[in-house]
Amino acid sequence: MKRGGLTIGFAMLVAALAGSVLIWFIGKSPLAVYGLLLQRTWGTPYGIGEVLFRATPLILTGLSVMVAFKVGLFNIGAQGQLAAGSFITALCGAALPASLPGPIAVAVCVLAGMLAGAALAGLAGILKIRYGAHEVINTIMLNFIVSAVILWIGNAHVFVKYTLHTRVISDNATLSHLGFTGSEANTSLLLALGLAAAVAYFFNRTRRGFEWRAVGHNPRAAQNGGVQLAGVVIGAMVMSGALAGAVGANYVLGSKHYYERGIGGDVGFMGIAVALLGRNHPAGIVLAALLLGTLQYGGLAVSEQVPKEIFQILQAVIILTVACASAYRGHLFKGKPAAVSVKVSQDTGGERDAAEREHG
Amino acid sequence: MGDQPALELRNISKTYGAVAANREVSLRVEHRSIHAVVGENGAGKSTLMKIAYGHARADAGEVWIKGERIARHSVSQAIARGVGMVHQHFMLVGTLTVAENVVLGQEPRRAGLLDLARAASEIRTLSQKFGLDVDPDARVEDLSVGQQQRVEILKVLWRGCDVVILDEPTAVLTPAEARDLFTVLRGLVQDGMTVVLITHKLDEVLAIATRVTVMRRGERVAEYEAEGLTAEQIVHAMVGRPVQQYVDKQPTSLGKPMLEVRELRVTGARGLPALRGIDLVVRAGEILGIAGVEGNGQTELVEAIVGLRDVDRGTVSIRGKPITGQPVAHRYSVGLAHVPEDRHDRALVLDYSIQDNSILGQQRDFVGSFDVLDRDRVRQHADRLIREFDIRPPDPRHLVSGMSGGNQQKLVVARELSRRALSVLICAQPTRGVDIGAIEAIHRRMIEARDRGLAVLLLSAELGELRSLSDRLAVLYKGQIVATLGQEQLLAEDALDNIGAMMTGAWNPGAGPKDAPQ
Amino acid sequence: MAELLVSLLSLSFLTQVLRITMPYALAAMGGVVSERSGVVNIALEGILLMGAFGAAVGAYDTAGNVFVALLYGVGAGVGTAGVYALAVVTFQADQIVSGVAINLLAYGITPYLLKAFYNSSSNSPAIQGFGGRLFSNPVFWLALALVAVVQVIVTRTRWGLRVRAVGDNPHAAHTLGVSVTAIRWQAVLASGALAGLGGSWLALSGSGFVAEMSAGRGYIALAAVIMGSWRPVWACAASLLFGFAEAVEVNLQTFDLGIPNELIQTFPYVLTMVTLAGFIGRSRAPADLGRPFSAS
Repeated sequence: MKRGGLTIGFAMLVAALAGSVLIWFIGKSPLAVYGLLLQRTWGTPYGIGEVLFRATPLILTGLSVMVAFKVGLFNIGAQGQLAAGSFITALCGAALPASLPGPIAVAVCVLAGMLAGAALAGLAGILKIRYGAHEVINTIMLNFIVSAVILWIGNAHVFVKYTLHTRVISDNATLSHLGFTGSEANTSLLLALGLAAAVAYFFNRTRRGFEWRAVGHNPRAAQNGGVQLAGVVIGAMVMSGALAGAVGANYVLGSKHYYERGIGGDVGFMGIAVALLGRNHPAGIVLAALLLGTLQYGGLAVSEQVPKEIFQILQAVIILTVACASAYRGHLFKGKPAAVSVKVSQDTGGERDAAEREHG
Repeated sequence: MGDQPALELRNISKTYGAVAANREVSLRVEHRSIHAVVGENGAGKSTLMKIAYGHARADAGEVWIKGERIARHSVSQAIARGVGMVHQHFMLVGTLTVAENVVLGQEPRRAGLLDLARAASEIRTLSQKFGLDVDPDARVEDLSVGQQQRVEILKVLWRGCDVVILDEPTAVLTPAEARDLFTVLRGLVQDGMTVVLITHKLDEVLAIATRVTVMRRGERVAEYEAEGLTAEQIVHAMVGRPVQQYVDKQPTSLGKPMLEVRELRVTGARGLPALRGIDLVVRAGEILGIAGVEGNGQTELVEAIVGLRDVDRGTVSIRGKPITGQPVAHRYSVGLAHVPEDRHDRALVLDYSIQDNSILGQQRDFVGSFDVLDRDRVRQHADRLIREFDIRPPDPRHLVSGMSGGNQQKLVVARELSRRALSVLICAQPTRGVDIGAIEAIHRRMIEARDRGLAVLLLSAELGELRSLSDRLAVLYKGQIVATLGQEQLLAEDALDNIGAMMTGAWNPGAGPKDAPQ
Repeated sequence: MAELLVSLLSLSFLTQVLRITMPYALAAMGGVVSERSGVVNIALEGILLMGAFGAAVGAYDTAGNVFVALLYGVGAGVGTAGVYALAVVTFQADQIVSGVAINLLAYGITPYLLKAFYNSSSNSPAIQGFGGRLFSNPVFWLALALVAVVQVIVTRTRWGLRVRAVGDNPHAAHTLGVSVTAIRWQAVLASGALAGLGGSWLALSGSGFVAEMSAGRGYIALAAVIMGSWRPVWACAASLLFGFAEAVEVNLQTFDLGIPNELIQTFPYVLTMVTLAGFIGRSRAPADLGRPFSAS
């Protein structure tokens, strides 16, 4: 854990420096901007609320990316999966009878969204198993395709006329706000935290989690240990997609109360940064989500001073820094179901074994 | 040249972490000799030669090549002075041709483009001169293992090396290919070159070496002229004590057939048939050994029995119940256990602890309600294995990647033997890369298992191991069982010769083993 | 329907296909060079985008000087590729993660620079590009020549041999004195130049830079690399297929075929998925693709 902390600290430092350069380049004072950012985020209750509002979907997409990573896969399709999930959630919310009790309505809508995300990611998983097609390209392609399909269905049938959003959902499906002087933070945060705990429990305590982690480290040894790789690949992609699909709870049920084109911004890709920064650990992911949520809302909050894209750039800088620093320590994640490489760890004990093999 | 040796190492010492690979080793290789460096796995021979070749840096000591001391040694220094190494694990680029592989790094050019024609003709010349018979335009991955080794030798010769070091060259060759190699080596020496041979195979040493250095536990313990040398002398020096030829093994009463394989046909890599109709029976209380050069179907046989590879035709049964087509987990549940030939690849998750690895393959047996693993039971299980098999370090939380090869293997064997309702144990190369103490422990456990009534299938490249452990021995050649030997035949004087002949398909039951193959 | 088919057979359609294929083909060749050396190039998308931006800036600053614009574009591509190489070759960071990060970086930097330079949030000011010329455009012939040049370099030169060796068995190359790190750096930079050129073409054949204008072409180029079995000329042929798909999609939208426009837009992406599924098993990737190399 200590090594992880060092990496995160280093990454934040590099990001802060990069941000300073970008801010300075357009003629503003980095310190002033950073100060303003902090003040407008953690300095007011409204700011805190907005940060929480943005951290919630980041927790979910971070978990989504993490689950795939743990098994050696890359789910870059959270963007499309959350779009599909949000869309379905909104449609459910608008279609459900108003007489249904609140908790059930919410549950149905969220589950429907999770199912949509799961189906998309599952498709990429099946293509990988059946054809060996790399899930990176397929999930990215699906992002584009989903975006177009939603637009089509929306324009043809479900969008409110002359707009790019769906009908408002019924009241029983809405999630209440958390206060924070009128910010958009809502109870879906609790859902996200609950899912984080559930994922942690799954990987650390259950038999299946044990098997999945083994696949991520050494798929051939897992296979010899009786684990069926195809099932794990598809299962992990499904779980990953479901987590992304739950994002609809935050924006649709808890905030706008309808689906709008472009919902979520690039929360899907930011999930990669969250997972990396959080060291592929649910607890770390929650913290990383708070951090990146701060950056995201903060970017908006200071957008009259500096372009908010600066913070998008910082997010990429963070990913690169963490990726380089982790590799430098020899330890990001090992093994993918398609590849068969196992790296011996770098600590001294490992050298002994390597030595035995060398001079044997 | 004169009096100077071709290669000399003076008081070389090298330590890797806590292990002393070489302890003040000195070696003198004379020109035009075939000098064998002999020792068991772990004796330090490979390290010594890597230092000679510049691939590794010694902690202390000097390297002299042709009478000149080399201060800052490196691979390019070695090559520049005419020392070349043929590695045990080939360094070849499969998709490139022989010519491309040989010239890589020093490619001849004409008008800015590669001049492969010139490379090819130079290679052909060398090839003819030394009887290497390799087509420069062939793709390396299409060549047989023996031919690939020749490409490695060509790489060395093309660069003008006249001291050639070969690291365990016959590990992957059939006895016939090994004989061809020796002819080539003798040809090299006749042409004025020097050959250094690293090996643990005594018959090779006796067949071809002119001088022998024996290493043990990182030290040079003996040096002999090959003239009049006997295998016993070498073995005694290698192991340091009179060799116990056979493990203590009492005859047992055979039980029912536990593992049955009928007419098994399996396709291997690149669509070629690997097994062409195998029939095997292993009964309770016996060890059936399988001998064969790597690449004749052993890996595919194990994979088919364990469930890691599909079967084209035929059946596999345990206790009379067919398991063909069943998933791996099912086979474990009906009494199968498997010690894989490559523990890092198949048996262990190096990033997991001893504790976690101790249940890999049995995790369902340690589950409570809601699919949650019972950590206490897992811990107890790991503790028990550590105790019973003397696994070091004795801490269940220790990562397996930090363990020695012998301890890792003991863990695997311990785990497999701890399965409930065990009937059949498959061991593939169980003592590869394992120190002597662990080898003895593992052999003892295998005999114990057999005495307890298990059916054991043992696949090994070490004929000595097979001979001392097996009750019966089957020889696998090109995907078929070509012979089966009983106890008496196994213990006969000429058993090793006969088995060697069978392994190359030269066995004709009607005549002697040296006759032409069918 | 009949008008559609007729228009598909016209010369103007053919030139349109060629024009549209260019960025795919150039990016695909860049992908081939990089991947043959063992480095996966998911970052092609970002490099394309940066190349387009660079070319747009160059064209605007010089009021239409195409060659300076190309210089800027190729330079931007090489620079972006340099960052990628630093991460994955020198620091041995995971190639997929780093590639995605580079793409995110490009998607973020380009609007930032748009705001910084031109005070716009979505596109650069209009530029004088190729102006619709194809066969009379020297750059077109230059690009065609490049296809042949890249093919020769990969298959017949010393450098090309080393690249192929490094991509299949870097340890073998290393033991023979070839610097794996240097070769991979060079290959990645070369792919940056090629993809940067592709991006430049994209901007110059339009009227400037539009935010996110690469629209997934970098990923599609990767599919073309796989389809073309990592061989330069075949990857270009595969790119033609995707260029054709995009051209059809553009033209279909002006005909009323009863298929909703939004769905027509998915055509290139669906085609990519379908071809990937069909081709992966049959083409062989360089054996060391995606693995970091350490000389220990």
